Parts: sequence; C-alpha cells; structure tokens
Amino acid sequence: MKKLWKGNHALVEGALAGGLDAYFGYPITPQNEVPEYMSLRMKQEKRVFLQAESELASINMVFGAALTGKRAMTTSSSPGISLMQEGISYLVGCELPAVIVNVQRGGPGLGNIAGAQGDYFQSVKGGGHGDYRLITLTPFSVQEMYEMTRDSFDLAFKYRNPVLILADGVIGQMLEPADLPEKVPPRKEFPYSMDWILDGAAGRDSRFIRSLVMDEGGLEQHNYRLWDKFAKMEKEISWEEHGTEDADVILVGYGTSARINLDVYNSARKNGLKAGYFRLRTAFPFPSKRLSELSSRSGFLVTEMSMGQMVEDVRLAVSGRSDVEFYGRPAGGLPEEEKIYGILERMLK
Amino acid sequence: MSRRLPESLKKIPHTYCPGCGHGIIHRLVAESLDELELREKTVAIAPVGCAVFGYHYWNFDTAEAAHGRPPAAATGIKRVLPDRIVITYQGDGDLAAIGGNEIIHAANRGENISVFFVNNACYGMTGGQMAPTTMFDQVTTTTPLGRTLEDGYPVKVCELLSVLEGVSYIERVAVNSPANIMKAKKAVKKALGYQARNRGFTLVEFLSMCPTGWKVSPEKSLEWIDERMLRIFPLGVYKDKG
Repeated sequence: MKKLWKGNHALVEGALAGGLDAYFGYPITPQNEVPEYMSLRMKQEKRVFLQAESELASINMVFGAALTGKRAMTTSSSPGISLMQEGISYLVGCELPAVIVNVQRGGPGLGNIAGAQGDYFQSVKGGGHGDYRLITLTPFSVQEMYEMTRDSFDLAFKYRNPVLILADGVIGQMLEPADLPEKVPPRKEFPYSMDWILDGAAGRDSRFIRSLVMDEGGLEQHNYRLWDKFAKMEKEISWEEHGTEDADVILVGYGTSARINLDVYNSARKNGLKAGYFRLRTAFPFPSKRLSELSSRSGFLVTEMSMGQMVEDVRLAVSGRSDVEFYGRPAGGLPEEEKIYGILERMLK
Repeated sequence: MSRRLPESLKKIPHTYCPGCGHGIIHRLVAESLDELELREKTVAIAPVGCAVFGYHYWNFDTAEAAHGRPPAAATGIKRVLPDRIVITYQGDGDLAAIGGNEIIHAANRGENISVFFVNNACYGMTGGQMAPTTMFDQVTTTTPLGRTLEDGYPVKVCELLSVLEGVSYIERVAVNSPANIMKAKKAVKKALGYQARNRGFTLVEFLSMCPTGWKVSPEKSLEWIDERMLRIFPLGVYKDKG
C-alpha cells in the first residue's frame, strides 16, 4: 500500500531491505534524516549503527566492515563525499563491496544546502585518485530511493566494487507516496564467492587485502583486471525513455532534472510537439549506445542542476551526429519548465 | 623469546633495515598471539609507513588501510565481528600526525581494539623526515638544523590518550635491550588479554630503533633510545583500569 514517505527515510528502508549490516555516517544537511532515522531503525533491527567523528572515519569504518564481507554503507552530501574520495579509491583498489549515497547539495566549497547536481563529474569520472569507476545509480523518486538502495548491495558484491547512489537534496527531502513493505523483507543471500573475506584465519591460510602493489608490473595487471570488471558492468546499464520513436528532440536528464523534463515532455506532447524523454537510471555505466542510436533521427536537450556535466557524456555518445543543447542551473537552482519548453520549441522549428 | 618461529609469523626473511625495531615488535606480537591462542581469531590493520608490508610477514588476516585510518578501519571490523581480536599496527606519522583524529575518537569510544604504536621519532619509510614525535634538536631530512619550537613539541601519545575515559590500558615500552623487550612482551600480552575480555581500548607504545633515519649504527641506536628518547618519552604504565 502506498504511503507518504520522505526520500531520505525511504533510502534507509531500502538499505535495511538490502540486508545492510552496518552503517557509519556523519551528519550533514540535506541528508540528516538518514543517520537520524537509521540510528533508530538499526537498533530496532539489531544491526550496527555508529556515528563517526568525520567522513574520513565513516568511509574507513565502511572499509573495515567491508573487509569482513559484511554489507556496509555510509551516506553524506557533497562536501562530505569529497572527504571520502580517498577511501572510495582504496575500496576500489582493494575490491571491496560498499554502498555510498550522495544526497547532493550546491557547491563548490561549503556551497549551500539546496539540492543540486554538481557532483556528476566526481561520481562517474573518478573523484579520487587512480583509474577507477563506480557503479552510479541515479534515483528519480522516493520509490527509487528505496529500490535502488535495496538493490545496490547485490551490485556491490557482484562486482566487489563500491556502488554510489547519486541522489540530490530535492529527492532526499521530498515527500511523496511510495509503496514500501510493512516489514523488512528477509535477508537475501548472494550467490557470490566469499573466499576473500578477513574474519580470522581459522582452518584456512591467512589472507591479506591491500591496494599497494609494488611488484614489477603487478599494479599494471591489477588495473587491467579492474578495467575488465568495469567493462562487464555494461550489463547493468539502465534508463527510461518515452516518445523516442518519433521524437525530433529528446529531453535528457536524471534525478530531479528528469522529473522537470517529464512535465515538459507531457505538455509538449499534449500540444502536438514531437518531443522525447530520456532519463538515466545509471550514470555509470552510461547508456551511450542507446543515445547514439537515437541520434540518427533526434536532437537532444540536456538539462541538469549544474552548469553542464552529464551533457559531456551525451555529446560523446552522439559524437556530432545531431544537435545537443544544454540548459542548467547551478547552486540549487531548479531548471525552469518554461525555459526548457522555450528551447524545445526553438529546436523543433 | 623462544628460538622456534611463532606460527603467527611467515617463514620469510624481513626486508627491514639492519637494526630496525620492527622485526622485534612483529615477533612480540606474533608470539603473544600464539601464546594466547588468538592467531586464528585475529584481523590486523597495517599502516602506511615502514610496516605497510606487515602482511608479508604476519601469518594472520591483515589489511592495509589509508594513511592514519587504521583505528577507523579496525572499528568497522570490530563492530561487525565483536568476538574477533582486532589490532592496528601504526607508526608515529600514521597514528600521531595524519591519524590524530581517528586514534583519539577510537580511544574515546573505548573501542575494544589493541593498538601497537611504534615510535621511532622519524618517518622511516619516506626517508627520515620529521615526525610528530621527533625531539628538539633532532636532525631529520626536513629539520636539517634540528627540530625547533617552530615545529611544535614532540607529541606524547600515551600521556595524551590516557586521560580519555574509554581507555583501559596504555603502556610505553622500549625494545632496545633484552630486559626492555621482555617488559614489552608482557605489555603486548596484557593488551591482547584485555581485548579478549572486552575491557575496551588498549595501546602499547614502543620506542623503537631507526638507525637509518637517525643516521647512527645499529649498536648506537640502542643507546640513542636511552640517551635521547627516555627523557622525553618516559617508560611506564600510563593507565590500567584492570
């Protein structure tokens, strides 16, 4: 049955449904409802909750719990996620599963506390050091805050790689009806090998987990192996599209910007305009192939709550075959429907 | 120390410098885990620093954390596996400089882990630069004229942490003589024993030789600890809640 849920609360329920064993976090607006609600829910479900002394500590506590094969996560907002980049790079280097949620706010610097989408580059181009990728999910609704968080643990263990949920302050703070189970569903065991975990060398050889690879050529081979894994993640590409079969211009967005696009798309279609709608559900892996196919007949209008980050990936996918225009607002500004509609009309002329 | 190699050490030679204290301290930890029959329950965190390759030598589960973060990583392990023995092995840069915040908060939470803190008054791995525990007038590669007040005071970790309520046991030992090594081993066993009985946070600080960083012979480095370090870093028990 649908009930009114807040995005940040739904994500907590999603994590519980995904079998979260341990949460470590540090307060920051606009995601404070996560540690607050999580602290109660984890106690009720007899799981581990710890408020860390910093985001540096949070991500390294996640690292520690992940070493043991437990399902661990942290959540934060943009400045806090910046602090975690070193730890995220180590998680990838050590091939550890973990879930990290970024409820984005305006930046750069301390910025403000309004929902924004300025951390796309950081999320999908590698915010920390070294050659790496994160599976990046972009929830669009309170329902998806629940579902994507629930499903992110499976992805993290499947690839032994951190998964980032790239939400924003609007989705986090928003209240809307969502269909969540009354009770936390039973824990789903994953079919993946756990012969790597550190839990004490009882009845087996001792193990070690590291990201320092100093032997001749060893790090190069490690990187090739990681890269093969990132390539396999292509299977997880996910998006939603409407009206693309006959669209002359397709609106592209993710999260909150896609919600605004959906309204524009609906009114455009009502008025007989040949508009299409496309939204990312995964920002990495990116649906390049599909966008490339669509570019044979359609142009694109990309909207973001930033000065234009995801648009670069659209341009790469389209590779000059059709027009890609951009409209965005940074720092917590919401793209205006009238403006999007105006650009769309101009492009369709 | 027995002549037999402890099971908690792998049968491979160390690559530490001649006269380095790490070999002794590795062995003390390994012998203690063996004697307390804790090897198969242990998960260790190696630091960034000379002991970053701890897992080459230790025959128990080990991971390597980011610089300064072993207490946070150890917290993550201990919270999800409270019946395991979780140790961190950290140098003075890792623990007292970049990891200052993590060690204070892990200690303050009374995190039930054992920290083995190796103080050799310099950064060994990177070539002998100033550490937070470098002493006044000590020459390092970043204090070529000796440490002065401008660089701040040497950090006294045992004194600093012993005031925190969550700490159950803290002792400073040295590994520069057979008598001191025997005392050091008692301290290691005590810390591990406390953890096994869920007594809370324990830390043993080892004053340890770094002949390469100090630019003295291995023999001289033993005297160097007595002559220079003990005045600033007195040995003894700083806290013992029993």
